Amino acid sequence: MNIPAELKYSTDHEWVRMDGDVAVIGVSDFAQDALGDLVFINLPEVGDAVTAGDAFGDVESVKAVSDLLSPVTGTVCEINEELLDAPEKINEDPYGAWMIKVENIEATEDLMDAAAYEEHCAAEE
Amino acid sequence: MKLIFEKSVAGRHSDILPKCDVEPVELSARFARTDAPALPEMAEVDVARHYTELNDRVHGVNCGFYPLGSCTMKYNPRIDEDMAALPGFAGVHPLAPDYATEGCREVLETAKKYLCEVSGMDDMTFQPAAGAHGEFTGVLLIKQYHDARGDKKRTKIIVPDSAHGTNPATAAMCGFEVVNIDSAPDGCVDLEALKNALGEDTAGLMLTNPNTVGIFDPNILEITRLVHEAGGLCYYDGANLNAIMGVVRPGDMGFDCVHMNLHKTFATPHGGGGPGAGAVGCKDFLKEFLPRSVVMDGEGRIQVRSFAGNFLVTVRAVTYLLTLGREGIPEASQNAVLNANYLMRAIQGSFDLAFDRTCMHEFVLDLSEYKKETGVSALDVAKSLIDYGMHPPTMYFPLIVHEALMLEPTETESKETLDEAAAIFRKLYELGKTDPEPMHAAPHHAQIGRPDEVGAARHPVLRWQKPEE
Repeated sequence: MNIPAELKYSTDHEWVRMDGDVAVIGVSDFAQDALGDLVFINLPEVGDAVTAGDAFGDVESVKAVSDLLSPVTGTVCEINEELLDAPEKINEDPYGAWMIKVENIEATEDLMDAAAYEEHCAAEE
Repeated sequence: MKLIFEKSVAGRHSDILPKCDVEPVELSARFARTDAPALPEMAEVDVARHYTELNDRVHGVNCGFYPLGSCTMKYNPRIDEDMAALPGFAGVHPLAPDYATEGCREVLETAKKYLCEVSGMDDMTFQPAAGAHGEFTGVLLIKQYHDARGDKKRTKIIVPDSAHGTNPATAAMCGFEVVNIDSAPDGCVDLEALKNALGEDTAGLMLTNPNTVGIFDPNILEITRLVHEAGGLCYYDGANLNAIMGVVRPGDMGFDCVHMNLHKTFATPHGGGGPGAGAVGCKDFLKEFLPRSVVMDGEGRIQVRSFAGNFLVTVRAVTYLLTLGREGIPEASQNAVLNANYLMRAIQGSFDLAFDRTCMHEFVLDLSEYKKETGVSALDVAKSLIDYGMHPPTMYFPLIVHEALMLEPTETESKETLDEAAAIFRKLYELGKTDPEPMHAAPHHAQIGRPDEVGAARHPVLRWQKPEE
Protein backbone atom coordinates (compact mmCIF):
# COMPACT_ATOMS: atom_id res chain seq x y z
CA MET A 1 0.00 0.00 0.00
CA ASN A 2 1.23 3.44 -0.95
CA ILE A 3 1.45 6.01 1.89
CA PRO A 4 3.52 9.01 0.80
CA ALA A 5 5.64 10.36 3.66
CA GLU A 6 5.05 14.04 2.84
CA LEU A 7 1.26 13.93 3.40
CA LYS A 8 -0.92 14.04 6.53
CA TYR A 9 -3.85 11.67 7.03
CA SER A 10 -7.19 11.67 8.81
CA THR A 11 -8.71 8.67 10.61
CA ASP A 12 -11.35 8.56 7.83
CA HIS A 13 -8.63 8.00 5.22
CA GLU A 14 -8.44 11.43 3.65
CA TRP A 15 -5.02 12.86 2.89
CA VAL A 16 -4.07 16.52 3.26
CA ARG A 17 -1.22 18.45 1.68
CA MET A 18 -0.61 22.06 2.72
CA ASP A 19 0.18 24.36 -0.21
CA GLY A 20 1.00 27.51 1.74
CA ASP A 21 -2.31 28.44 3.41
CA VAL A 22 -4.35 26.15 1.20
CA ALA A 23 -5.19 22.55 2.14
CA VAL A 24 -5.31 20.11 -0.78
CA ILE A 25 -7.52 17.10 0.05
CA GLY A 26 -8.03 13.65 -1.43
CA VAL A 27 -8.53 10.04 -0.32
CA SER A 28 -5.77 7.56 0.43
CA ASP A 29 -4.72 4.46 -1.44
CA PHE A 30 -6.21 2.39 1.41
CA ALA A 31 -9.53 4.21 0.96
CA GLN A 32 -9.73 3.78 -2.81
CA ASP A 33 -8.91 0.10 -2.44
CA ALA A 34 -11.58 -0.40 0.24
CA LEU A 35 -14.17 1.53 -1.75
CA GLY A 36 -13.58 -0.42 -4.95
CA ASP A 37 -14.04 0.90 -8.48
CA LEU A 38 -15.53 4.35 -8.23
CA VAL A 39 -18.22 5.31 -10.69
CA PHE A 40 -19.44 8.68 -9.44
CA ILE A 41 -18.27 11.58 -7.30
CA ASN A 42 -20.14 14.52 -5.81
CA LEU A 43 -17.99 17.52 -4.90
CA PRO A 44 -18.96 20.82 -3.26
CA GLU A 45 -18.91 24.12 -5.15
CA VAL A 46 -16.24 26.76 -4.92
CA GLY A 47 -17.19 29.10 -2.08
CA ASP A 48 -18.92 26.40 -0.02
CA ALA A 49 -17.99 26.13 3.64
CA VAL A 50 -16.66 22.78 4.84
CA THR A 51 -16.45 21.66 8.46
CA ALA A 52 -13.89 19.28 9.94
CA GLY A 53 -15.54 15.91 10.49
CA ASP A 54 -18.52 16.68 8.23
CA ALA A 55 -19.14 15.46 4.70
CA PHE A 56 -17.91 17.66 1.86
CA GLY A 57 -19.08 15.27 -0.84
CA ASP A 58 -19.54 11.60 -1.58
CA VAL A 59 -18.21 8.87 -3.80
CA GLU A 60 -20.16 6.02 -5.28
CA SER A 61 -18.79 2.60 -6.16
CA VAL A 62 -20.73 -0.34 -7.51
CA LYS A 63 -21.04 -1.41 -3.86
CA ALA A 64 -22.15 1.71 -2.05
CA VAL A 65 -22.18 5.47 -1.63
CA SER A 66 -19.73 6.78 0.96
CA ASP A 67 -19.37 10.24 2.46
CA LEU A 68 -16.12 12.15 2.03
CA LEU A 69 -15.31 13.73 5.39
CA SER A 70 -13.43 16.98 5.52
CA PRO A 71 -10.33 16.99 7.73
CA VAL A 72 -10.41 20.80 7.92
CA THR A 73 -12.84 23.69 8.45
CA GLY A 74 -12.64 26.42 5.83
CA THR A 75 -13.86 27.57 2.42
CA VAL A 76 -13.56 25.61 -0.80
CA CYS A 77 -11.45 27.61 -3.26
CA GLU A 78 -11.04 25.04 -6.02
CA ILE A 79 -12.43 21.64 -6.96
CA ASN A 80 -10.92 19.04 -9.28
CA GLU A 81 -13.54 19.12 -12.01
CA GLU A 82 -11.70 16.48 -13.98
CA LEU A 83 -12.83 13.87 -11.43
CA LEU A 84 -16.52 14.56 -12.07
CA ASP A 85 -16.21 12.98 -15.49
CA ALA A 86 -13.46 10.50 -14.62
CA PRO A 87 -13.82 9.22 -11.04
CA GLU A 88 -11.64 6.24 -12.04
CA LYS A 89 -8.64 8.58 -11.69
CA ILE A 90 -9.11 8.25 -7.90
CA ASN A 91 -8.55 4.49 -8.20
CA GLU A 92 -5.66 4.89 -10.63
CA ASP A 93 -3.76 7.63 -8.81
CA PRO A 94 -5.29 8.46 -5.39
CA TYR A 95 -2.59 10.95 -4.48
CA GLY A 96 -2.63 12.71 -7.85
CA ALA A 97 -6.41 12.85 -7.87
CA TRP A 98 -6.91 15.67 -5.36
CA MET A 99 -10.57 16.50 -4.77
CA ILE A 100 -10.83 19.95 -3.23
CA LYS A 101 -8.63 22.83 -2.14
CA VAL A 102 -9.66 24.68 1.02
CA GLU A 103 -8.60 28.16 2.14
CA ASN A 104 -9.34 30.34 5.21
CA ILE A 105 -8.66 27.34 7.37
CA GLU A 106 -10.10 27.84 10.85
CA ALA A 107 -9.63 24.38 12.29
CA THR A 108 -7.95 21.12 11.45
CA GLU A 109 -8.59 17.65 12.81
CA ASP A 110 -5.72 15.90 14.55
CA LEU A 111 -3.94 14.47 11.53
CA MET A 112 -1.50 11.57 11.42
CA ASP A 113 1.86 11.36 9.74
CA ALA A 114 2.58 8.51 7.35
CA ALA A 115 3.94 6.16 10.02
CA ALA A 116 0.97 6.65 12.35
CA TYR A 117 -1.44 6.29 9.42
CA GLU A 118 0.16 3.04 8.35
CA GLU A 119 -0.47 1.67 11.84
CA HIS A 120 -4.04 2.99 11.73
CA CYS A 121 -4.64 1.14 8.45
CA ALA A 122 -3.07 -2.06 9.77
CA ALA A 123 -5.44 -1.90 12.74
CA GLU A 124 -8.43 -1.59 10.39
CA GLU A 125 -7.37 -4.45 8.16
CA MET B 1 -29.11 -10.90 -27.40
CA LYS B 2 -30.60 -8.34 -29.78
CA LEU B 3 -32.91 -5.57 -28.62
CA ILE B 4 -36.45 -5.77 -29.92
CA PHE B 5 -35.75 -2.64 -31.96
CA GLU B 6 -32.84 -4.39 -33.66
CA LYS B 7 -35.14 -7.25 -34.65
CA SER B 8 -37.54 -4.89 -36.39
CA VAL B 9 -38.11 -5.38 -40.13
CA ALA B 10 -39.73 -2.48 -41.97
CA GLY B 11 -43.27 -3.29 -43.05
CA ARG B 12 -43.67 -6.44 -40.96
CA HIS B 13 -46.65 -6.51 -38.61
CA SER B 14 -48.68 -8.72 -36.33
CA ASP B 15 -52.30 -7.85 -36.45
CA ILE B 16 -55.00 -8.32 -39.00
CA LEU B 17 -57.34 -5.60 -37.90
CA PRO B 18 -61.07 -5.75 -38.63
CA LYS B 19 -62.46 -3.22 -41.04
CA CYS B 20 -63.02 0.14 -39.39
CA ASP B 21 -66.72 0.52 -38.65
CA VAL B 22 -66.77 4.20 -37.68
CA GLU B 23 -66.14 7.32 -39.71
CA PRO B 24 -62.44 8.24 -39.70
CA VAL B 25 -61.71 11.53 -37.94
CA GLU B 26 -58.81 13.75 -38.89
CA LEU B 27 -56.87 15.04 -35.90
CA SER B 28 -56.13 18.72 -35.87
CA ALA B 29 -52.64 19.36 -37.24
CA ARG B 30 -51.84 20.90 -33.87
CA PHE B 31 -51.98 17.43 -32.23
CA ALA B 32 -50.84 15.19 -35.05
CA ARG B 33 -47.18 14.19 -35.21
CA THR B 34 -45.36 14.46 -38.48
CA ASP B 35 -42.91 11.55 -38.09
CA ALA B 36 -43.98 8.00 -37.41
CA PRO B 37 -42.83 6.81 -33.97
CA ALA B 38 -39.82 4.49 -34.02
CA LEU B 39 -41.67 1.37 -32.91
CA PRO B 40 -40.41 -2.12 -33.73
CA GLU B 41 -42.18 -3.81 -36.63
CA MET B 42 -42.44 -7.53 -35.97
CA ALA B 43 -44.58 -10.61 -36.44
CA GLU B 44 -46.41 -11.82 -33.35
CA VAL B 45 -44.38 -15.04 -33.24
CA ASP B 46 -41.13 -13.08 -33.08
CA VAL B 47 -42.47 -10.85 -30.34
CA ALA B 48 -43.49 -13.93 -28.34
CA ARG B 49 -40.04 -15.49 -28.82
CA HIS B 50 -38.31 -12.25 -27.89
CA TYR B 51 -40.03 -12.07 -24.52
CA THR B 52 -39.62 -15.79 -23.90
CA GLU B 53 -35.90 -15.35 -24.52
CA LEU B 54 -35.82 -12.47 -22.04
CA ASN B 55 -37.75 -14.59 -19.56
CA ASP B 56 -35.10 -17.31 -19.85
CA ARG B 57 -32.51 -14.81 -18.69
CA VAL B 58 -34.12 -13.80 -15.44
CA HIS B 59 -34.54 -15.52 -12.11
CA GLY B 60 -37.90 -14.98 -10.45
CA VAL B 61 -39.57 -16.43 -7.39
CA ASN B 62 -41.22 -18.96 -9.68
CA CYS B 63 -37.75 -20.19 -10.83
CA GLY B 64 -36.17 -20.93 -7.49
CA PHE B 65 -35.03 -19.70 -4.09
CA TYR B 66 -34.71 -15.91 -3.93
CA PRO B 67 -33.39 -14.89 -0.48
CA LEU B 68 -32.76 -11.25 -1.41
CA GLY B 69 -32.53 -9.57 2.01
CA SER B 70 -34.80 -6.63 2.73
CA CYS B 71 -36.80 -7.34 -0.42
CA THR B 72 -39.26 -10.00 0.84
CA MET B 73 -39.29 -12.05 -2.35
CA LYS B 74 -42.05 -14.34 -1.17
CA TYR B 75 -44.12 -16.50 -3.45
CA ASN B 76 -47.25 -14.63 -4.48
CA PRO B 77 -50.41 -16.74 -4.50
CA ARG B 78 -52.10 -17.13 -7.89
CA ILE B 79 -55.47 -16.15 -6.47
CA ASP B 80 -54.16 -12.60 -6.00
CA GLU B 81 -53.41 -12.44 -9.73
CA ASP B 82 -56.81 -13.88 -10.58
CA MET B 83 -58.60 -11.22 -8.55
CA ALA B 84 -56.50 -8.39 -10.00
CA ALA B 85 -57.35 -9.67 -13.49
CA LEU B 86 -61.12 -9.51 -12.94
CA PRO B 87 -62.41 -7.23 -15.70
CA GLY B 88 -64.33 -5.07 -13.20
CA PHE B 89 -61.02 -4.19 -11.53
CA ALA B 90 -58.58 -4.38 -14.43
CA GLY B 91 -60.80 -2.46 -16.84
CA VAL B 92 -62.20 0.23 -14.57
CA HIS B 93 -61.74 3.83 -15.69
CA PRO B 94 -60.68 6.18 -12.91
CA LEU B 95 -63.29 8.72 -14.03
CA ALA B 96 -66.12 6.18 -14.16
CA PRO B 97 -69.23 7.38 -12.30
CA ASP B 98 -69.70 6.37 -8.69
CA TYR B 99 -72.38 3.79 -9.40
CA ALA B 100 -69.93 1.90 -11.65
CA THR B 101 -67.08 1.83 -9.12
CA GLU B 102 -68.78 0.67 -5.95
CA GLY B 103 -66.79 -2.57 -5.91
CA CYS B 104 -63.50 -0.74 -6.36
CA ARG B 105 -64.32 1.66 -3.57
CA GLU B 106 -65.22 -1.26 -1.35
CA VAL B 107 -61.78 -2.76 -2.06
CA LEU B 108 -60.12 0.50 -0.99
CA GLU B 109 -62.26 0.76 2.16
CA THR B 110 -61.55 -2.88 3.04
CA ALA B 111 -57.83 -2.38 2.42
CA LYS B 112 -57.84 0.69 4.62
CA LYS B 113 -59.70 -1.08 7.43
CA TYR B 114 -57.43 -4.14 7.50
CA LEU B 115 -54.16 -2.32 6.91
CA CYS B 116 -54.98 0.25 9.61
CA GLU B 117 -55.61 -2.75 11.87
CA VAL B 118 -52.25 -4.32 10.91
CA SER B 119 -50.30 -1.07 11.30
CA GLY B 120 -52.14 0.42 14.26
CA MET B 121 -53.00 3.57 12.33
CA ASP B 122 -56.29 5.50 12.01
CA ASP B 123 -56.38 6.59 8.39
CA MET B 124 -54.58 5.80 5.13
CA THR B 125 -53.87 6.91 1.57
CA PHE B 126 -53.28 4.53 -1.31
CA GLN B 127 -51.82 7.10 -3.69
CA PRO B 128 -48.06 6.51 -3.27
CA ALA B 129 -46.74 4.36 -6.10
CA ALA B 130 -44.11 2.44 -4.10
CA GLY B 131 -42.05 2.43 -0.92
CA ALA B 132 -39.83 5.45 -1.49
CA HIS B 133 -42.84 7.45 -2.66
CA GLY B 134 -44.63 6.37 0.52
CA GLU B 135 -41.69 7.58 2.62
CA PHE B 136 -41.81 10.89 0.79
CA THR B 137 -45.55 11.21 1.47
CA GLY B 138 -45.14 10.20 5.13
CA VAL B 139 -42.33 12.67 5.82
CA LEU B 140 -44.36 15.41 4.10
CA LEU B 141 -47.08 14.68 6.68
CA ILE B 142 -44.52 15.38 9.40
CA LYS B 143 -43.47 18.57 7.65
CA GLN B 144 -47.08 19.72 7.28
CA TYR B 145 -47.77 18.99 10.92
CA HIS B 146 -44.95 21.24 12.12
CA ASP B 147 -45.70 23.93 9.53
CA ALA B 148 -49.39 24.01 10.45
CA ARG B 149 -48.41 24.67 14.07
CA GLY B 150 -46.10 27.47 12.99
CA ASP B 151 -43.17 25.46 14.35
CA LYS B 152 -40.59 26.53 11.76
CA LYS B 153 -37.45 25.61 13.68
CA ARG B 154 -37.77 21.85 13.09
CA THR B 155 -35.37 21.33 10.21
CA LYS B 156 -33.77 17.96 10.97
CA ILE B 157 -34.73 14.34 10.47
CA ILE B 158 -32.80 11.68 12.37
CA VAL B 159 -31.88 8.49 10.52
CA PRO B 160 -29.81 5.60 11.92
CA ASP B 161 -26.73 4.57 9.93
CA SER B 162 -28.22 1.13 9.26
CA ALA B 163 -31.22 2.64 7.44
CA HIS B 164 -32.13 1.99 3.84
CA GLY B 165 -30.62 4.67 1.60
CA THR B 166 -34.08 5.88 0.70
CA ASN B 167 -34.58 7.24 4.24
CA PRO B 168 -31.94 9.98 4.14
CA ALA B 169 -32.83 10.60 0.48
CA THR B 170 -36.48 11.09 1.43
CA ALA B 171 -35.67 13.46 4.25
CA ALA B 172 -33.42 15.49 1.95
CA MET B 173 -36.06 15.57 -0.81
CA CYS B 174 -38.56 16.92 1.73
CA GLY B 175 -36.16 19.77 2.50
CA PHE B 176 -34.85 18.46 5.82
CA GLU B 177 -31.29 18.21 7.01
CA VAL B 178 -30.37 14.56 7.65
CA VAL B 179 -28.78 13.67 10.97
CA ASN B 180 -27.15 10.24 10.84
CA ILE B 181 -26.76 8.46 14.16
CA ASP B 182 -24.42 5.54 14.67
CA SER B 183 -25.81 2.15 15.63
CA ALA B 184 -24.91 0.55 18.93
CA PRO B 185 -22.63 -2.52 18.67
CA ASP B 186 -25.71 -4.79 18.73
CA GLY B 187 -27.01 -3.13 15.55
CA CYS B 188 -29.84 -1.30 17.33
CA VAL B 189 -30.36 2.42 17.93
CA ASP B 190 -27.76 3.87 20.29
CA LEU B 191 -29.94 5.65 22.87
CA GLU B 192 -27.14 8.02 23.90
CA ALA B 193 -26.50 8.98 20.28
CA LEU B 194 -30.23 9.53 19.82
CA LYS B 195 -30.46 11.73 22.93
CA ASN B 196 -27.51 13.80 21.70
CA ALA B 197 -29.11 14.26 18.29
CA LEU B 198 -32.54 15.27 19.62
CA GLY B 199 -33.43 18.90 20.17
CA GLU B 200 -35.72 21.77 19.30
CA ASP B 201 -34.74 21.41 15.66
CA THR B 202 -35.82 17.74 15.46
CA ALA B 203 -38.71 17.27 13.04
CA GLY B 204 -38.75 13.52 13.36
CA LEU B 205 -37.09 10.11 13.27
CA MET B 206 -37.28 7.55 10.48
CA LEU B 207 -36.90 3.94 11.55
CA THR B 208 -37.46 0.37 10.46
CA ASN B 209 -38.24 -2.15 13.16
CA PRO B 210 -37.07 -4.88 12.98
CA ASN B 211 -34.08 -3.04 11.63
CA THR B 212 -31.89 -3.76 8.66
CA VAL B 213 -29.81 -6.41 10.40
CA GLY B 214 -32.98 -8.32 11.26
CA ILE B 215 -33.16 -7.38 14.94
CA PHE B 216 -36.25 -6.07 16.74
CA ASP B 217 -35.13 -3.03 18.71
CA PRO B 218 -35.88 -3.81 22.37
CA ASN B 219 -35.81 -0.09 23.22
CA ILE B 220 -38.43 0.90 20.69
CA LEU B 221 -40.89 2.37 23.22
CA GLU B 222 -38.12 4.43 24.81
CA ILE B 223 -36.94 5.58 21.37
CA THR B 224 -40.33 6.88 20.28
CA ARG B 225 -40.92 8.40 23.73
CA LEU B 226 -37.66 10.35 23.53
CA VAL B 227 -38.48 11.66 20.05
CA HIS B 228 -41.97 12.76 21.13
CA GLU B 229 -40.57 14.38 24.26
CA ALA B 230 -38.31 16.49 22.03
CA GLY B 231 -41.33 17.52 19.96
CA GLY B 232 -40.56 15.34 16.93
CA LEU B 233 -42.69 12.72 15.22
CA CYS B 234 -41.83 9.09 14.45
CA TYR B 235 -42.00 7.63 10.98
CA TYR B 236 -42.13 3.85 10.52
CA ASP B 237 -40.56 2.54 7.34
CA GLY B 238 -42.59 -0.57 6.55
CA ALA B 239 -39.72 -2.25 4.71
CA ASN B 240 -39.52 -4.99 7.32
CA LEU B 241 -43.19 -5.32 8.18
CA ASN B 242 -43.16 -8.92 6.95
CA ALA B 243 -41.54 -9.91 10.24
CA ILE B 244 -44.29 -8.59 12.49
CA MET B 245 -47.63 -8.26 10.70
CA GLY B 246 -50.48 -9.21 12.95
CA VAL B 247 -48.08 -9.71 15.85
CA VAL B 248 -47.03 -6.20 16.90
CA ARG B 249 -48.17 -2.89 15.44
CA PRO B 250 -46.08 0.19 14.59
CA GLY B 251 -48.88 2.33 16.02
CA ASP B 252 -48.45 0.60 19.39
CA MET B 253 -44.67 1.07 19.25
CA GLY B 254 -45.27 4.83 19.22
CA PHE B 255 -45.04 5.62 15.53
CA ASP B 256 -47.18 8.42 14.13
CA CYS B 257 -47.15 7.49 10.46
CA VAL B 258 -46.04 4.53 8.38
CA HIS B 259 -45.75 3.32 4.86
CA MET B 260 -46.33 -0.27 3.84
CA ASN B 261 -44.89 -1.83 0.72
CA LEU B 262 -48.08 -3.57 -0.34
CA HIS B 263 -46.27 -5.17 -3.29
CA LYS B 264 -43.75 -6.96 -1.08
CA THR B 265 -45.42 -7.65 2.24
CA PHE B 266 -48.88 -8.26 0.80
CA ALA B 267 -47.92 -10.27 -2.24
CA THR B 268 -47.59 -8.66 -5.64
CA PRO B 269 -44.78 -9.94 -7.88
CA HIS B 270 -42.10 -7.25 -7.65
CA GLY B 271 -38.47 -6.56 -8.31
CA GLY B 272 -38.78 -5.74 -11.97
CA GLY B 273 -39.56 -2.09 -11.51
CA GLY B 274 -43.17 -2.21 -10.47
CA PRO B 275 -45.94 -1.46 -10.23
CA GLY B 276 -45.76 -1.22 -6.46
CA ALA B 277 -47.90 0.47 -3.85
CA GLY B 278 -46.68 2.36 -0.80
CA ALA B 279 -49.84 2.91 1.25
CA VAL B 280 -49.27 5.53 3.96
CA GLY B 281 -51.12 5.33 7.26
CA CYS B 282 -51.21 7.87 10.04
CA LYS B 283 -52.68 8.58 13.45
CA ASP B 284 -55.80 10.72 13.75
CA PHE B 285 -53.95 13.97 14.40
CA LEU B 286 -52.17 13.77 11.02
CA LYS B 287 -55.26 12.77 9.04
CA GLU B 288 -56.00 16.30 7.83
CA PHE B 289 -52.69 16.37 5.95
CA LEU B 290 -53.18 13.15 3.99
CA PRO B 291 -53.23 13.62 0.22
CA ARG B 292 -56.61 13.37 -1.45
CA SER B 293 -57.59 12.88 -5.03
CA VAL B 294 -58.38 16.32 -6.40
CA VAL B 295 -60.71 14.86 -9.00
CA MET B 296 -62.62 12.62 -6.63
CA ASP B 297 -63.06 15.05 -3.76
CA GLY B 298 -63.14 18.30 -5.67
CA GLU B 299 -61.02 19.84 -2.91
CA GLY B 300 -57.88 21.84 -3.48
CA ARG B 301 -55.83 19.42 -1.42
CA ILE B 302 -52.50 18.20 -2.68
CA GLN B 303 -52.21 14.76 -4.25
CA VAL B 304 -49.04 12.75 -4.64
CA ARG B 305 -50.38 10.63 -7.46
CA SER B 306 -53.59 10.57 -9.46
CA PHE B 307 -56.71 8.76 -8.24
CA ALA B 308 -56.12 5.76 -5.98
CA GLY B 309 -52.52 4.98 -6.91
CA ASN B 310 -51.70 1.57 -8.34
CA PHE B 311 -55.12 0.19 -7.57
CA LEU B 312 -54.54 -3.39 -8.75
CA VAL B 313 -51.74 -3.84 -6.23
CA THR B 314 -54.26 -2.90 -3.55
CA VAL B 315 -56.66 -5.50 -4.99
CA ARG B 316 -53.94 -8.13 -4.54
CA ALA B 317 -53.24 -6.95 -0.99
CA VAL B 318 -56.92 -7.23 -0.04
CA THR B 319 -57.10 -10.68 -1.59
CA TYR B 320 -54.02 -11.73 0.35
CA LEU B 321 -55.42 -10.33 3.62
CA LEU B 322 -58.80 -12.00 3.10
CA THR B 323 -57.25 -15.31 2.08
CA LEU B 324 -54.95 -15.51 5.10
CA GLY B 325 -57.31 -13.93 7.59
CA ARG B 326 -56.75 -13.01 11.21
CA GLU B 327 -54.90 -16.23 12.03
CA GLY B 328 -53.02 -16.56 8.76
CA ILE B 329 -51.44 -13.10 8.70
CA PRO B 330 -49.51 -13.45 11.99
CA GLU B 331 -48.70 -17.06 11.09
CA ALA B 332 -47.05 -15.86 7.85
CA SER B 333 -44.84 -13.51 9.84
CA GLN B 334 -44.03 -16.16 12.42
CA ASN B 335 -43.00 -18.55 9.68
CA ALA B 336 -40.87 -15.84 8.03
CA VAL B 337 -39.03 -15.43 11.34
CA LEU B 338 -38.78 -19.18 11.91
CA ASN B 339 -37.40 -19.77 8.41
CA ALA B 340 -34.79 -17.04 8.81
CA ASN B 341 -33.61 -18.44 12.14
CA TYR B 342 -33.55 -21.99 10.78
CA LEU B 343 -31.48 -20.97 7.76
CA MET B 344 -29.17 -18.82 9.89
CA ARG B 345 -28.41 -21.71 12.27
CA ALA B 346 -28.03 -24.13 9.35
CA ILE B 347 -25.38 -21.89 7.75
CA GLN B 348 -23.69 -21.05 11.07
CA GLY B 349 -20.38 -22.80 11.49
CA SER B 350 -19.36 -21.90 7.97
CA PHE B 351 -19.60 -18.17 7.18
CA ASP B 352 -19.60 -15.79 10.18
CA LEU B 353 -22.83 -14.27 11.41
CA ALA B 354 -22.68 -10.48 11.72
CA PHE B 355 -24.86 -10.73 14.84
CA ASP B 356 -25.10 -14.07 16.61
CA ARG B 357 -28.54 -13.83 18.20
CA THR B 358 -32.10 -14.81 17.39
CA CYS B 359 -33.05 -12.83 14.31
CA MET B 360 -36.35 -11.69 12.90
CA HIS B 361 -37.16 -12.21 9.20
CA GLU B 362 -33.61 -11.77 7.90
CA PHE B 363 -29.99 -12.07 8.98
CA VAL B 364 -26.59 -10.89 7.84
CA LEU B 365 -23.43 -12.86 7.15
CA ASP B 366 -20.11 -11.07 7.57
CA LEU B 367 -17.47 -12.34 5.15
CA SER B 368 -14.71 -9.87 6.01
CA GLU B 369 -12.59 -12.42 7.91
CA TYR B 370 -13.28 -15.06 5.28
CA LYS B 371 -12.19 -12.68 2.53
CA LYS B 372 -8.93 -11.93 4.33
CA GLU B 373 -8.26 -15.62 4.68
CA THR B 374 -9.28 -16.84 1.23
CA GLY B 375 -9.47 -13.78 -1.02
CA VAL B 376 -13.05 -14.76 -1.79
CA SER B 377 -15.38 -11.78 -1.40
CA ALA B 378 -19.10 -11.53 -0.68
CA LEU B 379 -19.50 -10.72 -4.37
CA ASP B 380 -17.70 -13.95 -5.38
CA VAL B 381 -19.93 -16.04 -3.13
CA ALA B 382 -23.06 -14.26 -4.36
CA LYS B 383 -22.10 -14.87 -7.99
CA SER B 384 -21.23 -18.51 -7.27
CA LEU B 385 -24.72 -19.11 -5.86
CA ILE B 386 -26.16 -18.36 -9.32
CA ASP B 387 -24.52 -21.54 -10.64
CA TYR B 388 -26.62 -23.48 -8.13
CA GLY B 389 -29.88 -22.01 -9.40
CA MET B 390 -30.29 -19.67 -6.47
CA HIS B 391 -30.73 -15.93 -6.54
CA PRO B 392 -27.92 -14.23 -4.57
CA PRO B 393 -28.71 -12.55 -1.26
CA THR B 394 -28.45 -8.77 -0.93
CA MET B 395 -24.77 -7.82 -1.05
CA TYR B 396 -22.79 -5.11 0.71
CA PHE B 397 -25.81 -3.98 2.68
CA PRO B 398 -26.29 -2.86 5.39
CA LEU B 399 -23.24 -0.62 5.14
CA ILE B 400 -22.39 -1.13 8.82
CA VAL B 401 -21.28 -4.70 8.00
CA HIS B 402 -18.36 -5.01 5.56
CA GLU B 403 -18.57 -7.87 3.05
CA ALA B 404 -22.19 -8.36 4.01
CA LEU B 405 -24.55 -10.94 2.61
CA MET B 406 -28.09 -10.44 3.82
CA LEU B 407 -30.59 -13.29 3.60
CA GLU B 408 -34.36 -13.15 3.88
CA PRO B 409 -35.83 -16.55 3.04
CA THR B 410 -39.51 -15.50 3.65
CA GLU B 411 -42.29 -17.70 4.97
CA THR B 412 -43.13 -19.39 1.69
CA GLU B 413 -40.01 -21.60 1.50
CA SER B 414 -40.08 -25.23 2.62
CA LYS B 415 -37.63 -26.90 4.97
CA GLU B 416 -36.23 -28.83 1.98
CA THR B 417 -35.44 -25.59 0.14
CA LEU B 418 -33.77 -24.12 3.22
CA ASP B 419 -31.73 -27.29 3.81
CA GLU B 420 -30.61 -27.27 0.20
CA ALA B 421 -29.64 -23.58 0.38
CA ALA B 422 -27.66 -24.12 3.59
CA ALA B 423 -25.84 -27.06 2.00
CA ILE B 424 -24.87 -24.87 -0.97
CA PHE B 425 -23.57 -22.13 1.33
CA ARG B 426 -21.50 -24.71 3.25
CA LYS B 427 -20.16 -26.18 0.04
CA LEU B 428 -19.10 -22.75 -1.25
CA TYR B 429 -17.48 -22.01 2.11
CA GLU B 430 -15.26 -25.08 1.70
CA LEU B 431 -14.66 -24.39 -1.99
CA GLY B 432 -13.37 -20.90 -1.22
CA LYS B 433 -10.83 -22.43 1.15
CA THR B 434 -9.59 -25.14 -1.20
CA ASP B 435 -10.14 -23.88 -4.75
CA PRO B 436 -11.02 -20.19 -4.73
CA GLU B 437 -9.92 -19.29 -8.27
CA PRO B 438 -13.09 -20.30 -10.14
CA MET B 439 -15.22 -18.37 -7.65
CA HIS B 440 -13.63 -15.09 -8.74
CA ALA B 441 -15.07 -15.62 -12.22
CA ALA B 442 -18.44 -17.18 -11.28
CA PRO B 443 -21.08 -17.75 -12.50
CA HIS B 444 -19.89 -20.28 -15.06
CA HIS B 445 -23.16 -21.89 -16.09
CA ALA B 446 -25.55 -18.95 -16.21
CA GLN B 447 -26.86 -17.18 -19.31
CA ILE B 448 -24.83 -14.14 -18.32
CA GLY B 449 -21.44 -14.24 -16.61
CA ARG B 450 -20.16 -11.15 -14.86
CA PRO B 451 -21.47 -8.02 -16.47
CA ASP B 452 -19.12 -5.04 -16.51
CA GLU B 453 -20.86 -3.20 -13.67
CA VAL B 454 -18.16 -0.55 -13.42
CA GLY B 455 -18.28 0.18 -17.15
CA ALA B 456 -22.08 0.22 -17.06
CA ALA B 457 -22.11 2.66 -14.16
CA ARG B 458 -19.43 4.91 -15.62
CA HIS B 459 -20.80 4.96 -19.14
CA PRO B 460 -24.45 4.00 -18.91
CA VAL B 461 -26.38 3.39 -22.11
CA LEU B 462 -29.90 3.93 -20.93
CA ARG B 463 -31.96 3.76 -24.10
CA TRP B 464 -31.94 2.60 -27.66
CA GLN B 465 -31.39 5.30 -30.22
CA LYS B 466 -32.59 5.04 -33.76
CA PRO B 467 -29.56 4.89 -36.02
CA GLU B 468 -29.16 7.84 -38.36
CA GLU B 469 -30.51 7.00 -41.78
